[in-house]
Amino acid sequence: MAGKTLFDKIWDTHLVREEPDGTTLLYIDRQLVHEVTSPQAFEGLKLAGRRPRRPAATLAVPDHNVPTTDRRLGIADAISAKQIQTLEDNCRDFSITLFGMNDIRQGVVHVIGPEQGFTLPGTTIVCGDSHTSTHGAFGALAFGIGTSEVEHVLATQCLVQKRPKTMEIRVDGVLSDRCSAKDIILAIIGKIGTAGGTGYVIEYTGSAIRALSMEGRMTLCNMSIEGGARAGMVAPDEKTTAYIKGRPLAPKGALFEQAVRAWEQLKTDPDATYDATLVLRAEDIAPQVSWGTSPGMVLGVDQRVPDPARMTDDNTRKATERALEYMGLAANMPIADIKIDKVFIGSCTNSRIEDLRLAASLAKGKHVAKTVHAMVVPGSGLVKQQAEQEGLDKIFREAGFEWREAGCSMCLAMNADVLKPGERCASTSNRNFEGRQGAGGRTHLVSPAMAVAAAVEGHFIDIRHWS
Amino acid sequence: MQAFTTLTGLIAPLDRVNVDTDQIIPKQYLKTIKRTGLREGLFFDWKKQKDGSPDPQFFLNQARFQGATILLTRDNFGCGSSREHAPWALLDQGFRCVIAPSFADIFYNNCFQNGILPVVLTADEVLAMMHDVLATPGYQLTVDLGKQTVTTPSGKICTFTIDPFRKDCLYRGLDSIGLTLQHESAISAYEKKRKAEAPWLFADIPS
Repeated sequence: MAGKTLFDKIWDTHLVREEPDGTTLLYIDRQLVHEVTSPQAFEGLKLAGRRPRRPAATLAVPDHNVPTTDRRLGIADAISAKQIQTLEDNCRDFSITLFGMNDIRQGVVHVIGPEQGFTLPGTTIVCGDSHTSTHGAFGALAFGIGTSEVEHVLATQCLVQKRPKTMEIRVDGVLSDRCSAKDIILAIIGKIGTAGGTGYVIEYTGSAIRALSMEGRMTLCNMSIEGGARAGMVAPDEKTTAYIKGRPLAPKGALFEQAVRAWEQLKTDPDATYDATLVLRAEDIAPQVSWGTSPGMVLGVDQRVPDPARMTDDNTRKATERALEYMGLAANMPIADIKIDKVFIGSCTNSRIEDLRLAASLAKGKHVAKTVHAMVVPGSGLVKQQAEQEGLDKIFREAGFEWREAGCSMCLAMNADVLKPGERCASTSNRNFEGRQGAGGRTHLVSPAMAVAAAVEGHFIDIRHWS
Repeated sequence: MQAFTTLTGLIAPLDRVNVDTDQIIPKQYLKTIKRTGLREGLFFDWKKQKDGSPDPQFFLNQARFQGATILLTRDNFGCGSSREHAPWALLDQGFRCVIAPSFADIFYNNCFQNGILPVVLTADEVLAMMHDVLATPGYQLTVDLGKQTVTTPSGKICTFTIDPFRKDCLYRGLDSIGLTLQHESAISAYEKKRKAEAPWLFADIPS
């Protein structure tokens, strides 16, 4: 019998029942809930007279709508305030643990899950949020779902699924100086396109992946959805267990030891096969900058903006023309010549302590360009606290960055942190869709290191050669 | 959920690839705590011109596409955010079916939860229909879920595949949570067995 992939092992241990046609009732170990995609799910439960099957398997936090300025002032937007109040009411009515807006543990849902030890290897994790793929960094099967499925999981702790295909993306070698997980995943999406992973679960393998920290693996898995894959995963190893050990919701003592022994089995067998494989060399990956309105529209900082006139495929050419018009860019201009107005360091992709340490190390002793407004939004209250203990907030402030409270912030601009029409932002977030950071706003996706360099220089610059 | 059996309706063409759910319905409409009333937000930024007036080029603003119940579009429709507000907004506008060469996974799932049929046809079939829709005012298609066919006015029949379980649920308008709850004993048995293997995940369930 052929060996099993990491994905196969997790899938197979979560089968509640399987129909002859492959329709599977899959058990869900953990659900994360936020204020935007849950109100209608709780309403559905109420209307049907249903209760959550395992309230303890769910953790809730408001993140999308919360202000990143002084929270003692409350939320100015009445509709946002009501949505957050609704989450609080629902969690109280259904006995679900909530980290409220003023709890130090509050933060972006995909930052706090791992931070609290709620995210564990070998589990199935869902959330009404496409970036749930983040949690795959721990060797979990984690994917985003819609609100109806949020309700389904609350009521039954299960989901009806069909087995997806598996894709291995192997990255061997050593990354260039100052290149990071963000550059790897952007380069991958640039290669496979935004639908290249549709129908697949990706397992990231290879020496460059093993070399990544847990924070780096989270950045990597986070953007799997931008390549069309609902889930991405990395097999757990000693870094994974070291990260989890001692976290508030992680198993303790003998139970932890037992869990670690089980987690050691969570790797793809040598004779297992994937449905597809892609191989990249880490050395070939330059610092990435997205130039268009889809995450697949991305290039190395040493490249030039594409020229639609040279494109033969009609759909690609039209999409490129449209993107360049929206982005206000000319074909063939060097990426490094693109000037920016704003810098956003934050989001579930790049707002963890390691991201902030790296950003601060590059910002130290420098200053944000006069033409640029830059902000740093930590991923959680605890990340913020840790950063302040390390003095990172001082470094950022002295360098001219604003230092904010935790939340999703300008990644999707549901709160007050919004680009104005035509403003151009170097952002460590995950989506450069039209209007994502504010109607008419122009987003360039980059790593934290590239964002700092762009803030200081006022335009993109190749950080491999930046002094 | 409203059942879907057959539908004959006017087609609205959206000739763009990779339409993401941020475009289908932008962030400011996600603050609602209801599923209804989202029509206003559907393609909000695309249906306006820069000065805020309706863009006469956009299909939603054209008289000939008013009352359309089937959206015809291109590859990878519904990519990006998992927001179920996207199918809710389409439904609120009156769309019961979306035809495209491919869909993003989460959006595709979300359609089935809301009585919307997503139909995958070949790129060539969609291309031909896109051409015909633009050339022919009043162009309609008939979608038959039971037979898994799309029939054009000229009588050309395109077939599509669909997962049998999803088809059955949509065809009969079934409550999927109710269906899963019928397997309560299997779920409980699973939890008991799994707790023995991985007790750290089931502290809340008594042994």
